[in-house]
Amino acid sequence: MSDEVDPSRRQFLTAATMATGAIGAVFAVAPFVASWKPSARAMALGAPVEVDISKLEAGAMMTVQWRRQPIWIVHRTKEMLDRLQVNDPRLKDPKSENSDQPSYARNEERARKPEYLVLIGTCTHLGCLPKQRFAVGVGEGGPDWPGGWFCVCHGSRFDLAGRVFDGSPAPVNLRVPPYDFISDTRILVGADAAPKKGVA
Amino acid sequence: MATATERTAGAGSGRWSAIYRWIDARLPVTEFWKAQMTEYYAPKNFNIWYYFGSLALLVLVLQIVTGIFLTMSYKPSEAEAFGSIEYIMRDVEWGWLIRYIHSTGASAFFIVVYLHMLRGLMYGSYKNPRELLWIIGMLIYVSLMAEAFFGYVLPWGNMSFWGAQVIVSLFGAIPGVGPDLVEWIRGDYSISDVTLNRFFALHVAAVPLVLIMLVVVHLSALREVGSNNPDGIEIKKHKDSKGKPLDGIPFHPYYTYKDLVGVGVFLILFAGVIFFAPTLGGLFLEKPNFEPANALNTPEHIAPVWYFTPYYAILRAVPDKLTGAALMAAAVVLFFFLPWLDRSPVKSIRYRGWLFKLFLAAFVVAFIGLGYLGMQPAQGSYVIAARVLSVVYFLFFLLMPWYTRVDKTRPVPDRVTYHA
Repeated sequence: MSDEVDPSRRQFLTAATMATGAIGAVFAVAPFVASWKPSARAMALGAPVEVDISKLEAGAMMTVQWRRQPIWIVHRTKEMLDRLQVNDPRLKDPKSENSDQPSYARNEERARKPEYLVLIGTCTHLGCLPKQRFAVGVGEGGPDWPGGWFCVCHGSRFDLAGRVFDGSPAPVNLRVPPYDFISDTRILVGADAAPKKGVA
Repeated sequence: MATATERTAGAGSGRWSAIYRWIDARLPVTEFWKAQMTEYYAPKNFNIWYYFGSLALLVLVLQIVTGIFLTMSYKPSEAEAFGSIEYIMRDVEWGWLIRYIHSTGASAFFIVVYLHMLRGLMYGSYKNPRELLWIIGMLIYVSLMAEAFFGYVLPWGNMSFWGAQVIVSLFGAIPGVGPDLVEWIRGDYSISDVTLNRFFALHVAAVPLVLIMLVVVHLSALREVGSNNPDGIEIKKHKDSKGKPLDGIPFHPYYTYKDLVGVGVFLILFAGVIFFAPTLGGLFLEKPNFEPANALNTPEHIAPVWYFTPYYAILRAVPDKLTGAALMAAAVVLFFFLPWLDRSPVKSIRYRGWLFKLFLAAFVVAFIGLGYLGMQPAQGSYVIAARVLSVVYFLFFLLMPWYTRVDKTRPVPDRVTYHA
């Protein structure tokens, strides 16, 4: 064995040690990063909620909480539904192609049953709660306001299908949560398919 | 300079100096004191703008001390947070004072840091050889913003909650990973007990440690390159036979005592706010935050505390989520590049031409103007004004390579000018 230092051998060993150490560090960091994900308890508290809509009158809106977010349920009238198509040219995403909703809500009404609209009531801009502005032609939206929601934080406007108007800072339509009808008067918010009657 | 050199280990006799010698042989106390204080030479022509570094350090200490005492009574949980603040304010002996020092201290921190940064802009303190010093300072500023944001969430008032909601949602603008990232930051499907608890940990442990470490690094870098001065002259160019800068004076006792005057004036103003106007009309403590957090009710008018409003105004000036968030981030990040954007041969505003003075003045007006607009509702003429001022804000940085190069400069004197 020679007493001389072989620099390329040293370099290789240093690099190999550093690489091994770096991989170890990544593994060591992973649990800490993962600990920030929603915990089992948070997920359990985010379970679906059942809502009774029998007392929701036509033209009215009710708010329930699911995963601590406000869920809006609107019983839309015939006139409200008729106005939706008129809005199309003024909307960013009239066909909801870039927006977040279950496949069964990716239609003109953005609903399973046209008369019942279910939305997550947080603005897709920065998460404020838009205010209910159902009255036609008044308020911040001006004289041609067709009714919907207005976000006071940053001025986003949405129609009665939760679709965002042009010129709003919100990039996409309001989100539709997964939901299903358990019966004609009960909705399950948070799951795509309600358990069939008699099973539970 | 006799005092500076005489003070060495072993000077004097008696029991105390024996103890001192014993320690000094084992820990370089004298060496450290000399290097940092008595043999650290600072330019002799510092003016009023040079108070804000030491004041920032003072506020940091105040925040740490009051913060430690607040944690003794504060409860970082959704159910108890708001109530525990009221408990501190009403039931804890002198709790109101400790809390008002802390809440006023947050605003005071930004006031002195903004003035400290403006000093850097005026005298070109970010230029060679102080680029790294400036970047470390900017890292302190960014950490301070994080610290202030996390702290603002802790009282769990309604503005705490919705402020957290809006700021965390900003990360959702990042294409692809945005929504998952937001959920990861919150640790829940919305801002909740989990979020509050982790923000508490970040506010009282993680970020303060980073801040203290960065301050030490900032000061080390400062000791290496030395302070700039209102003339923007390197005092190390002219040294006497002993190698001491001719235009320098020992930091201690000269500037330690000078800074004490600044501390006195600062504390008078600081105490005035604490005792007579702790909310400063909703500017230091916002009105909606005296209501508990309510996940079903956004305050009619959301605005961050005043020190974030310039950036908030830029965010709202843009009718597109991603662009708005990106420009807001760029408004902060651009500061990091100042050392390379500035092509002027001189440092100080004293020897620069009217172009630089004009742009700097416009920038200051834009920053303050945006700060005002960020507190107003995002409607009509306010938005137009915010757009105009945002353009001015960015032009200050983006045109800097041009106007600093073509600007006529005056010759810089060899030695510092000194008006005693």
